[in-house]
Amino acid sequence: MNLTLKIWRQKDAKSKGGFETFKVEDVSPDTSFLEMLDILNNDLIHEGKEPIVFDHDCREGICGMCSLHINGFAHGPDTEITTCQLHMRKFKDGDTITIEPWRSSAFPVIKDLAVDRSAFDKILQAGGFVSVNTGGVPDANSIPIPKKDADESMDAAACIGCGACVATCKNGSAMLFVAARVSSLAKLPQGKVEGARRAKAMVAKMDELGFGSCTNTQACESQCPKLISISHIARLNREFLKAKFRD
Amino acid sequence: MGNFLTSSSIGKKFVMSISGCFLLLFLIFHMVMNATAVISPEAYNVICAFLGANWYAVAGTAVLALGVLVHFLYALILTFQNWKARGGVKRYAVTKKEDSVSWSSKNMFVLGCIIVVGLIVHLYNFWYNMMFVELVGQHQNAMGFAPTDGASLIMYHFASIVWVIVYLVWFVAIWFHLTHGMWSMMQTVGWNNKIWLKRLKVIANVLSTLIMLGFAVTVIVYYLKSVGFDFFGLISW
Repeated sequence: MNLTLKIWRQKDAKSKGGFETFKVEDVSPDTSFLEMLDILNNDLIHEGKEPIVFDHDCREGICGMCSLHINGFAHGPDTEITTCQLHMRKFKDGDTITIEPWRSSAFPVIKDLAVDRSAFDKILQAGGFVSVNTGGVPDANSIPIPKKDADESMDAAACIGCGACVATCKNGSAMLFVAARVSSLAKLPQGKVEGARRAKAMVAKMDELGFGSCTNTQACESQCPKLISISHIARLNREFLKAKFRD
Repeated sequence: MGNFLTSSSIGKKFVMSISGCFLLLFLIFHMVMNATAVISPEAYNVICAFLGANWYAVAGTAVLALGVLVHFLYALILTFQNWKARGGVKRYAVTKKEDSVSWSSKNMFVLGCIIVVGLIVHLYNFWYNMMFVELVGQHQNAMGFAPTDGASLIMYHFASIVWVIVYLVWFVAIWFHLTHGMWSMMQTVGWNNKIWLKRLKVIANVLSTLIMLGFAVTVIVYYLKSVGFDFFGLISW
């Protein structure tokens, strides 16, 4: 496959940035998208040019590091995948592919296609945990949890924190991410105890960091590689409002 | 509780949701009232007289105006904050609409602006010529009708095909706004889950269609009556 790539280049967070056009030739349809970028970077290095900076790590869809906006879609034109799971067979020979970094005030561009997603870490630090006293580890089966609740909690816990929800939301809202974290703990007896404090603290941090509010477009859900449902957002709203009205 | 209704993103959405619910209830009441005008103009005028410049009607109008104002002001604030959160002027060069995302959900503010413009025109056409005329102590409006003669005022406006088209376009905008707003309202207050999401969307579509059809029928019936169609004797006034 021969492709034209329009890639966002930006020297650093303060620079303006703009698109640069590159050509890649003889790319196998079985190549992953990130491997295709590796090939391009290899060529650029051989030509003495600066390679394109992009985030990646595990390359098996579980770390949440890869974060590219490809032809108008977070993680590219496919569903239930991260960018590293996207393959070139999803494109046609001769295609022009536009690659952009996540766009959100809370995710500033560090360089080229890499953005700073530490805002998610700050939200987690605010309340995305269960406080436990140190001591012996209790037996796993000593706290009975209904299968339905355990399943729902696990579905929410599948969130890898990639930020596709924020990247795809027209409001730059992090509600799906926060909701997944709040919901996964709220459905378990261990997490329920601190449910009110957690919801209030995480939403307050989310607002402070400049994320937008949720207008229920469901765009986040459609682009989430782990198919996290917006029903978790309903639970977050419930937890938060209950906590605030009790105060 | 603090001031979370003005400071928190979920708090602000909660206010949008409750004010939207209030406006929806008013819309249902208004539609039922209009439907009376189709069955009997005299009965409609009795309601108009009841809801004239009485203290309860004026108080109700003031509360309603407050509801519209709160809903619109919060929409303005949230839309601006969301625009900033998205990156302000730093937008994607390429965007595509996701298949499962409804058009109305992404255009609620634009639809809301169309609705507000339509509302101003509508208030001028009807409220100004009815309740306002009565409030300033006059006994007839510019068209020469008594302020409580709502049926004649409906006939006066909807004898014009231009007003019919303008109102039908306005109704379509409200319909789009409601189809998303109704289930979104339930989601925002937390009354939703995977099973109820589909049900709420169906309820929202059906209810929005019924409400807006009710309004459209009144406009169309009065227009057809004005051109001499008697509905085969079914609507005999």
